[in-house]
Amino acid sequence: MADKAIAKTVGKLLVLVVAMFAFVFVVMVPLYNTLCEALGLNGKYNGKQYEVVKAKVDQSRVINVHFVATNAEGMPWEFGPVTTSIKVHPGAVNNIEYFAKNVTANDMVAQAVPSFVPSRAAQYFHKTECFCFRRQPLKAGAETKLPMQFIVDQDLPADITTITLSYALFDVTAMDKADKAVTQR
Amino acid sequence: MGEHHHGPAQGLTRWIFTTNHKDIGTLYLWFSFAMFILGGSFAMIIRAELFQPGMQLVRPEFFNQMTTMHGLVMVFGAIMPAFVGLANWMVPLMIGAPDMALPRMNNLSFWILPFAFAMLASTLFMDGGAPNFGWTFYAPLSTTYAPKSVTFFIFAIHIMGASSIMGSINIVATIINLRAPGMTYMKMPLFVWTWFITAFLLIAVMPVLAGAVTMMLMDIHFGTSFFSAAGGGDPVLFQHVFWFFGHPEVYIIILPGFGVVSQIIPTFARKPLFGYDSMVYATASIAFLSFIVWAHHMYTVGMPIAGELFFMYATLLIAVPTGVKVFNWITTMFRGSMTFETPMLFSIAFVFLFTVGGLSGVMLAMAPVDFQYQDTYFVVAHFHYTMVAGAIFSMSAAVYYWLPKWTGRMYSEVMGKTHFWVSFVGFNLTFFPQHFVGLAGMPRRIPDYALQFADFNMMSSIGAFIYGSSQILFLFNVIRTVTSGRKISDPKVWEGAQGLEWTVPTPAPYHTFSTPPEVK
Repeated sequence: MADKAIAKTVGKLLVLVVAMFAFVFVVMVPLYNTLCEALGLNGKYNGKQYEVVKAKVDQSRVINVHFVATNAEGMPWEFGPVTTSIKVHPGAVNNIEYFAKNVTANDMVAQAVPSFVPSRAAQYFHKTECFCFRRQPLKAGAETKLPMQFIVDQDLPADITTITLSYALFDVTAMDKADKAVTQR
Repeated sequence: MGEHHHGPAQGLTRWIFTTNHKDIGTLYLWFSFAMFILGGSFAMIIRAELFQPGMQLVRPEFFNQMTTMHGLVMVFGAIMPAFVGLANWMVPLMIGAPDMALPRMNNLSFWILPFAFAMLASTLFMDGGAPNFGWTFYAPLSTTYAPKSVTFFIFAIHIMGASSIMGSINIVATIINLRAPGMTYMKMPLFVWTWFITAFLLIAVMPVLAGAVTMMLMDIHFGTSFFSAAGGGDPVLFQHVFWFFGHPEVYIIILPGFGVVSQIIPTFARKPLFGYDSMVYATASIAFLSFIVWAHHMYTVGMPIAGELFFMYATLLIAVPTGVKVFNWITTMFRGSMTFETPMLFSIAFVFLFTVGGLSGVMLAMAPVDFQYQDTYFVVAHFHYTMVAGAIFSMSAAVYYWLPKWTGRMYSEVMGKTHFWVSFVGFNLTFFPQHFVGLAGMPRRIPDYALQFADFNMMSSIGAFIYGSSQILFLFNVIRTVTSGRKISDPKVWEGAQGLEWTVPTPAPYHTFSTPPEVK
């Protein structure tokens, strides 16, 4: 009698254990990513497609946009913005470039990860074309220009007058090789 | 044969195959003491290095391994198993159960622990050294930049997590199903109540920890990018997952301690516990709040202001149920016929020092000022006031309080009191100055420091050596009690003691409550 009751309790508790383990993967991780995207945290850009509203360039406002670059630890490339800062009007289409040079004797693949200051500016910063959307391979010794096209949203809160966009460049050569091996199989 | 009263088997196999809650409790307690000495010796190396500024004894890499291993061994190896051992011994005795609900699983949950810690300790001898990323093992320090031994660390965490989960399921199953007739929930001793709630916390968050280390394992070996920004993941996610486990974990560590002092203070104040019901509700509230405050450990990661405020207010709210508890303990002592045996001394010191730790906790909870305190020795001082003066002091109190019941022998009161006073002085000498150096900006986990911190650090180190050596006295006192302490046989060891555990003979026989007692 007591044994049956115990088994019942244990069964319920085991369900809780499994549920909490699953909770980490199916709730916490997606929820975190969703929240970051919704709030523009940690450079996560919104998955929503941005519709360009050409007629509505807001000439009355000037926003300073600064560009910064850092190399993640162990990343030997030369990497930085060609234009370190520009003044833009909300709604206007702007083009800037970064440059990168693989100074090593090996072919490598890199991935740039963005981050914004202030972080809430992320959701008002629409990249229509960006080198950060995909991995960037460079042969040994090669160099390249990395273009980016962006529009600052007309709805950018009035108190934001300066946006700093920082790219961290990571070496993903090994990760890339592993992924290719998987897709070729 | 049915009436044959069988005692324990003889020799080593008794301990390996035992399913007796008292044997397993004893195993847990000795194991945790061994881990306490191991983790303590790591702390001694840390304090010896910090005795003077400049690099003195160890290399910085090894220093990092010491801070990491000290934290891991103390949290997972010393404090948690110690309280599980205490629960094994006392919960059945306190609720009138013949044994734990799942005796064989009980055996398993203990015996996988030594393997987990052997695996963890073996990393010290590996190429590249032991884990060196701090006990909080933040990614990417613990993934991209980790030593090779990190995989052993991950499996050790998996095993000790499994052990904790099994132990907790056992405790919950015991409390729900095996209470003696008449032992309603609101009649359960507070130690049982606090463990009941702690076990639920463990069952809820140990799988989260397992999830966190599993994600690390996958990032390191299977090419996923949960915590790697390069692959679209986020290192800050690690901190959220870790602290979602980590904050309830700190209450897992302290709640059983609350339970212990709630047993001891009424005994030596010779008054029933003041506000029993409010104690139960306060414990449950603390447990609930522990799930919604985790990000106060990470105010500086760049959260939106609304997040900072939410976590700040939720954290400050915890001071209310904790205040209720401290109030109740003090009110229990108020106008009581107090005597000051060793368990009572440790319990009073617990109330006093835990409150100090609680107050520095309130300071740390304030988001705006936390930006200054973050990652300094102020944090180290805070959590040692709660974990050492909280968990370890209450554990020492518990051992002195119940040791006569377990062994049928009385410990040496003189040695016990000496242990207490040396511990008390040593502990405060170690950690009180750390508040000052922390506020002045000394960062934690760094093997060297600026010259202006030299005096306080030397005091800290001397205090640590005093505190450490007092534990040798403790060990000696316990061994002396077990082997040659004065024999006692009164079931009620302490004059003012209440509860079912004091109705069984002294020493507690191998099997108790084979027929359940009637609780009025």
